[in-house]
Amino acid sequence: MADWFTLAAVFLLLSIAVALVRCWRGPGPVERIMAAQLAGTGVIGVAVVLGAARRDAAMLDAALIGTLLAAVAVTAFARSAARPGDRPDGSG
Amino acid sequence: MSWTDLAVLALLGAGLAFYGAGSLGLLRFPDTASRLHALTKADNLGLGLVALAAALHWGSLAVAAKIALVWLFAVIAAGITSQLLARQARLDGTRSHRDGVQP
Repeated sequence: MADWFTLAAVFLLLSIAVALVRCWRGPGPVERIMAAQLAGTGVIGVAVVLGAARRDAAMLDAALIGTLLAAVAVTAFARSAARPGDRPDGSG
Repeated sequence: MSWTDLAVLALLGAGLAFYGAGSLGLLRFPDTASRLHALTKADNLGLGLVALAAALHWGSLAVAAKIALVWLFAVIAAGITSQLLARQARLDGTRSHRDGVQP
């Protein structure tokens, strides 16, 4: 039963490979950040699946951290790419 | 193969199918908005199903609660990031593939 989960982890790594292709071909910066977010979701999936394969709760902490990192990465991108005058109170 | 094993396998298969659909959608869709759509929704549903399979296979309730927390954070993060990315794509002026198509 556990090896089914390991097989699932390998499949999720393939989805991260698809994210690399998107990152390579992506026309704009937004596509590249989407590829990073897909890789983040893939990492979360792999951590949960491998944790279930080995019944190791530490992998779930890794998945939690992966979730937060993916969110922070996209927020940092949105903050860095914003143009002046974008803040509603006019201070940006 | 007890009933729970069958349920776990079915959930795992469905989760991976949605994962694959989301990833392929990110690769094949014509413009930014539809790629964002595929990335945010299909992948998170896939993650939810895979997490459910993992929780069922694991057996203990505390771990299932932690897995549910992981999925909850992932869904919240995806909701926020898709709005940020869509706004950023619009600010960058990326053209939708339907521009100029009369409704």
